[in-house]
Amino acid sequence: MTNRFRTPSGGRIDRAAPVSFRFDGQTFSGFKGDTLASALIANGVHLVGRSFKYHRPRGFLSAGSDEPNALVNVARDAARSAPNLRATQVEIYQGLKASSQNRWPSLAFDAGAVNDLASPFLPSGFYYKTFMWPAGAWKRFYEPKIRAMAGLGVAPTVPDPDRYTQNYAYCDVLVVGAGPAGLAAALAASENGAKVWLADEQAELGGSLLSETSATIEGMPAAEWLKATLATLAARDNVTLLPRTTAFGYFPHNLIALAERVTEHLAAPGADLPRERLWKLRAKEVVIAAGALERPLVFPDNDRPGVLLADSGRTYLNRYGAKPGERAVVFTACDAGYRAALDLKAGGVTIAAIADLRAEVSGELPARALAAGIDVRPSTVVVGTKGRLRVASAQLAKVKNGQVGPAETIACDVVLMSGGFTPSVHLFSQSRGKLTWDVASGAYLPGTSVERERSAGAARGVYGLQRVLEDGYAQGEAAALASRDFASPARGTTPAPAASSRAFPAVADDLGADGFIGATPHGRNPALAKAFVDWQNDVTSKDIQLATREGMRSIEHVKRYTTTGMATDQGKTSNMNALGIVSEALGESVPKIGLTTFRPPFTPTTFGIFAGEARGDLFDPVRKTAIHDWAAEHGAAFEDVSLWKRAHYFPRAGEGGRMEDMHAAVARECRAVRASVGIFDASTLGKIEVVGPDAAEFMNRIYTNAWAKLEPGRLRYGVMLREDGFVMDDGVVGRLSHDRFHVTTTTGGAPRVLAHMEDYLQTEWPDLDVWLTSTTEQWSVIAVQGPKAREVLRPLLPDIDLSKDAFPHMSVREGSILGVPTRLFSVSFTGELGFEVNVPAEYGRAVWEAIYASGERFGITPYGTETMHVLRAEKGYIIVGQETDGTATPDDVNLGWAVGKAKKDFVGKRSLARAAMSAPDRKQLVGLRTADPKLVLEEGAQIVADPKAPVPVPMLGFVTSSYASAVLGHSIALAVIKGGRARIGQKLSVPMADRVIEVEVVEPVFYDPKGERLNA
Amino acid sequence: MLIIDCPWCGKRPEIEFRYGGEAHIARPADPSALSDEEWADFLYNRTNPKGLHAERWRHIHGCGRYFNALRDTVSDFFVTTYKAGEARPEHPRPDVEGSGT
Repeated sequence: MTNRFRTPSGGRIDRAAPVSFRFDGQTFSGFKGDTLASALIANGVHLVGRSFKYHRPRGFLSAGSDEPNALVNVARDAARSAPNLRATQVEIYQGLKASSQNRWPSLAFDAGAVNDLASPFLPSGFYYKTFMWPAGAWKRFYEPKIRAMAGLGVAPTVPDPDRYTQNYAYCDVLVVGAGPAGLAAALAASENGAKVWLADEQAELGGSLLSETSATIEGMPAAEWLKATLATLAARDNVTLLPRTTAFGYFPHNLIALAERVTEHLAAPGADLPRERLWKLRAKEVVIAAGALERPLVFPDNDRPGVLLADSGRTYLNRYGAKPGERAVVFTACDAGYRAALDLKAGGVTIAAIADLRAEVSGELPARALAAGIDVRPSTVVVGTKGRLRVASAQLAKVKNGQVGPAETIACDVVLMSGGFTPSVHLFSQSRGKLTWDVASGAYLPGTSVERERSAGAARGVYGLQRVLEDGYAQGEAAALASRDFASPARGTTPAPAASSRAFPAVADDLGADGFIGATPHGRNPALAKAFVDWQNDVTSKDIQLATREGMRSIEHVKRYTTTGMATDQGKTSNMNALGIVSEALGESVPKIGLTTFRPPFTPTTFGIFAGEARGDLFDPVRKTAIHDWAAEHGAAFEDVSLWKRAHYFPRAGEGGRMEDMHAAVARECRAVRASVGIFDASTLGKIEVVGPDAAEFMNRIYTNAWAKLEPGRLRYGVMLREDGFVMDDGVVGRLSHDRFHVTTTTGGAPRVLAHMEDYLQTEWPDLDVWLTSTTEQWSVIAVQGPKAREVLRPLLPDIDLSKDAFPHMSVREGSILGVPTRLFSVSFTGELGFEVNVPAEYGRAVWEAIYASGERFGITPYGTETMHVLRAEKGYIIVGQETDGTATPDDVNLGWAVGKAKKDFVGKRSLARAAMSAPDRKQLVGLRTADPKLVLEEGAQIVADPKAPVPVPMLGFVTSSYASAVLGHSIALAVIKGGRARIGQKLSVPMADRVIEVEVVEPVFYDPKGERLNA
Repeated sequence: MLIIDCPWCGKRPEIEFRYGGEAHIARPADPSALSDEEWADFLYNRTNPKGLHAERWRHIHGCGRYFNALRDTVSDFFVTTYKAGEARPEHPRPDVEGSGT
């Protein structure tokens, strides 16, 4: 296709650099510097999408990031496929492949367009009102169908191979927006010594100056002044220029999130470059120079391809040399329509007519239009457009005394509209600044600030090129000066209007401050006319009027009911018109209706930039013990326990070379521990060193147990409660000397326990002289468990007398093993004779291997967490978090013996004294036996007395742990049951989906109830 | 993301800190002397004010210390921070009020 709509010269495109690209499979050509939108317009293509709800054909509405219609998919390959990009922001490169969205089977013929014909049946609130019956159909039928029909682009199904980086940065003054106000602000701030960042979402810095062909600044054409100014700024060491960078989020204390698109515009991105960069920029002062957004006019059929914003039409022509059409009708409520008409006429576009909503048309621009022979019609509205996939005519009618007269049809292939400008207050609103309604300009303007920011230029309602430049300079200067005194208060202030210390004589068209918000009159049957307010969500003026008739009064309600302003463009082009329509319908002034809050992101932002490097292996830290690699080499299957990788079981090749499954491996490991000896990596246990003259007193207060009389060299099982009396953690504690305790915690509970201890130590008992140190990572813990444990260790520990009398169960000895210092615990979590060898983590593997070698004559068996669980359950030992759920007292889980009754106080003691904490019907830990010994209950299964009782069947409790016990030859389960201990011997039921399982309540200790094996 | 002024380390970003609930709720010296109602009040009832709130924060990814802060729950701004054990400032210094520093 040819560039039929390309001007012969002009624009900022590089005509020496042609670029070919594909859109919906068709090859087009454009130039370097084109956006996808400008290149398509130069090729005469306006139909680029189908609307969200009615599948109406849609073209370009704007030329910038406010574009609601022209959302496209750009794909380099299957993985690098980005949906929902605004064609107005996509820079073309050689070979770019883009496609339209939300159409089937094709853009020109879309089956979903039947929705448009059915639109009388799709009013606002339609979904709330219609898809309610039958129950359950929403999930099964309506939602999937609606989602398939509506919707935006399609996410890629393969992982994104590109890299996204995240960076912290700091500056004195951040200027957002590099239009005339932002450039002047950056000049002023940098001249005052501030470290300045200037960010702009566009590929080129310059903002509205990029579309200027006639204006002059300081005697230079605007484009030359822009070039010189950018060169000046670039040459300054204290200035950082960031094109293609969107300030998308304004967070407290001037943390601004900037999304920099690094490679999106490159045909062949270098592998060294990230695709996007997230800048988390902390700025001392911010100047918001985000400009203003042109408002559409709300008239029937204003969404037909070829109907676009007047100033955007001017941008396509002036900046890109792309004529939006050959014959234009202009519909305007301000002088911007005239400026666009005059520029387009100069560019060779016929201006068929200018319909001006205003009755009085005066001023320089209208006068020039009349002088140029343009048909200017005051008090005239567009009441409709015609054309199937592109506008072919507009219907114009006079408005007299509020009555719309007969329509005249005027042929055209483009309609330019302008309802005036809305200051872009999005970032200011995000910063939680308070907007004020300016009656004179009919706009919300930045009022009271919350953050240390100030707006400049059109973003605060200052118009006219010279005034904007001087306002920008003044605000930039004020920001630089304020940044020197960073400690000064800024919150709740309104920046004083500053005067510019530099003049910027400029000659440019003055657009004045006229404009219109709301829907323009059309006199047509309202049931048949669709005047769009929100293009992206397909909301019409009628929908908004209906919402007010149905009782919505606040704009917040109207917004949610009609979805106006809730699309991905956040209502950039629609919010003010929606307000105007509600205001007129309710007869209330706009500020009484309110304004919805703008929230980040300013424009849609990729998931990639938020994820950054935190994906795949780097998503979450992985903690491995010193013995991890040994376990991996010996075929362990691992499981995740908090961030730790723990050996779950060690499958071996069985008969016929087949690998054991978990059940077989665990059965073998359990038998080995009970019959001979096993070795287990317990290094993940949390460990805290509690040291100081008051260490014993501290332990007394934190744990339920009595510690004062625990002799150095002894261990005790400790129970820790929260202040509300419920079990928080448990673990074995060794007293090494009068002022030193070696505390262990559960694997997942270590940070919580340390924080709990620190909290009490720092804030309740600062008088106690105690130091807490996390030593979890410092110790490797090797558990040697089983009747042969002593014989395995004895040859390695010549210095320590391991005999039963010298080193009884629950003792700790310090010594050395293989020349490595060790704290040796005689402790068991299996019910067998057992030891835990603590050695510095860097020697963990070496000591493990030595113990393993020493145990080989007994067939020492490495076992994992699953076997550990079975063995402890056979003994009725609890796991905090499995048998407890945050509502269990020590007595509930049979740990009443660990509570120091004689102690005056400890954390949680007072709560235990509440009557409810010792009520007889509390859930208590018991054992369960199934009638069928092979049947293993499901953990979490509910327990009832009579499964045939009328619903709701009273629940007595639930299964907390359940395993097949190879050693005992039957299944075992632990459960918490109301009044459980009194029910021992009773038969209860566990109702499952397919059957009811009968169980008997038994003592929770299934194996060696007298504990004789521990002291063997 | 707020900047919080740790009384020990200085100004640091919010992600280094963890919230610790309302400040100046001392654990009773002798809990056993309290009635169930009084104990429940200590355990569970908090003031939840609209406006200035004295609260505990811990610089968990820094010095590890608990300290107290006055924060305006309406604006979410810190008015001042002070060390644990110090009395709640009666009148926040006018030069820092609202500055959020």
